Amino acid sequence: MDGPMTLSAKILAAHGVEDLTPGAFALARIDRVMLNDVSGAVSIREFEKMGASSVFDPERVACVVDHFWPAKDARSAALVARLRTFAERQGITDYWEVGATRDAGIEHAILAERGRIMPGDLLVGADSHTCTSGAFGAFATGMGSSDIAAAMALGEVWLKVPEVVEVEFTGSRGEHVTGKDLILAYIGQAGVDGANYAALEFCGEAVDELSLDGRLALCNMAVEAGAKTGMVAADETTLQWLAERVPEAEPVALAADPGAPYDRRASIDLDGMRPMVAAPSSPGNVHSIDELAGTVKIDQVYVGNCSNGTMTDLRQLAEVLRGNQVAPGVRLIVVPATQRIYREALQEGLIEVFLDAGAMMSAPTCGACFGGHTGILAAGEVAVTTTNRNFRGRMGDPESSVYLANAYVAGAAAVAGGLVDPADVLRPEPVR
Amino acid sequence: MTDAAITGRVVRIGDDVDTDVMLPGAYLNITDAQELGAHLLETYSDPEVGPRIESGDILVAGRNCGMGSSREHAPMAMIGRGVQAVIAVSFARIFQRNCINLGLLAIEQPEAAAALQDGDTVTIDTAAGSIVWDGGQGSLPPQPPFIQELLARGGIVEWARHRLAERA
Repeated sequence: MDGPMTLSAKILAAHGVEDLTPGAFALARIDRVMLNDVSGAVSIREFEKMGASSVFDPERVACVVDHFWPAKDARSAALVARLRTFAERQGITDYWEVGATRDAGIEHAILAERGRIMPGDLLVGADSHTCTSGAFGAFATGMGSSDIAAAMALGEVWLKVPEVVEVEFTGSRGEHVTGKDLILAYIGQAGVDGANYAALEFCGEAVDELSLDGRLALCNMAVEAGAKTGMVAADETTLQWLAERVPEAEPVALAADPGAPYDRRASIDLDGMRPMVAAPSSPGNVHSIDELAGTVKIDQVYVGNCSNGTMTDLRQLAEVLRGNQVAPGVRLIVVPATQRIYREALQEGLIEVFLDAGAMMSAPTCGACFGGHTGILAAGEVAVTTTNRNFRGRMGDPESSVYLANAYVAGAAAVAGGLVDPADVLRPEPVR
Repeated sequence: MTDAAITGRVVRIGDDVDTDVMLPGAYLNITDAQELGAHLLETYSDPEVGPRIESGDILVAGRNCGMGSSREHAPMAMIGRGVQAVIAVSFARIFQRNCINLGLLAIEQPEAAAALQDGDTVTIDTAAGSIVWDGGQGSLPPQPPFIQELLARGGIVEWARHRLAERA
């Protein structure tokens, strides 16, 4: 193709997509397929119905047990057994089950940590938050179980070429404003279907300056605006992060060309932006912490998961909790995204800070985020979480409610027993 | 009307109905469509809607139908309950893909989605490209050739089987 190209166009073109006109249909080659215990059980059944006998490449399929893990009941255990047996029979070595395989974790986090996504890759996963991997300058998109069954069988997927939207963040991040706040601000502006079927390319100096962890948080919620994927150009930060974890890999930086033809552009000014919170019951119901501070009394705080369970998030939480106690009547559950993150947090003394404050540690699991187990809410209960969805009944009873925020805000809420500016907890008013 | 026509009673749902509400996460340890069907729209804001859905009904939704989770269990629950089609002002991407892949009719027709009321009878004729209801009618959006092929095969299972055979 002649002329400057977007990052999305470059990746799709490199995977066999010839007509890059938005709305065109194509079959695209894929670099990797991912499935989990919940989606995978259905994928495996459909894979067998297709008459497929073997996956296209056992080294390019990842099976991750994370949703109902540790199994909450016999049925969940059966799903896990099905995935484990399938991986064994197919010779799939990228099988991760916390406690059973060394240093496992939540799907999107474990793929990142193990260097299974490289800049320029095309990844499909049977989980909507597969877009998290866009943080590496990859085209990563979530699909349903049958799509993933076909992808495993064929090594290709059918795609509708998306519109490509440039989302530029101007200005600079203020105190306690993180990758989470950038994406919440975007969803608040665009709405929950503002990016339906589009690929988002996040850019601007503030994005360049974000850590890889911050970029993971940013890309994780692209789907909450309806996007097919969200991505950040692979730069020195990306290469450095990968070099520290997978020294044998040889990733190459990748970005859109200057003057690339975007179908649409969006811009968000960070100057003066405060930490953001998505109030019930939509990730698009976004307000600044100042609007919500003091308005809500809470029962639970849940920090971690695929959206914000990185070392960066845990350090933010620890900063707020150090020397503080979780408020009476509030539960704090902390979910590191992987066992390696858990271990690093332990070595850094963060886990002790959490336990001293009164928190409960959870193993890496999708757990209560999707209303599965380990932290379900009762009718009338209110939670502040760093997860990515706050739909009606998402974390339990339909009459429970969830506020989505960054780890500083969540930690401060745990200490204060309600939504407050994290600065109030970090720098309490001097007693006169 | 052609042989491809289906007729059903309308059950309306609103805008931005997410797949968590369609099929709550607690039931994702179920893989059988009929069993999932028993929980269809269980946590929807109007608790009377879910139990009212009968085999043969056609769901009519507002904007962004099926936003959120990629769980195929949501359209599986609809199929298991006997829902014949979903008509919406617009669909969220993954939900629409899942419907196409499972062979569940998901029709983006804003005019029909706005006009249809609870209890109306609607006829969708995919061969004739028409949609007809009490007091109104419209045309179905044309499907791209690739989607036509997928739908003609009844969904992605048969499509993939065919594609595997082509390669063999």
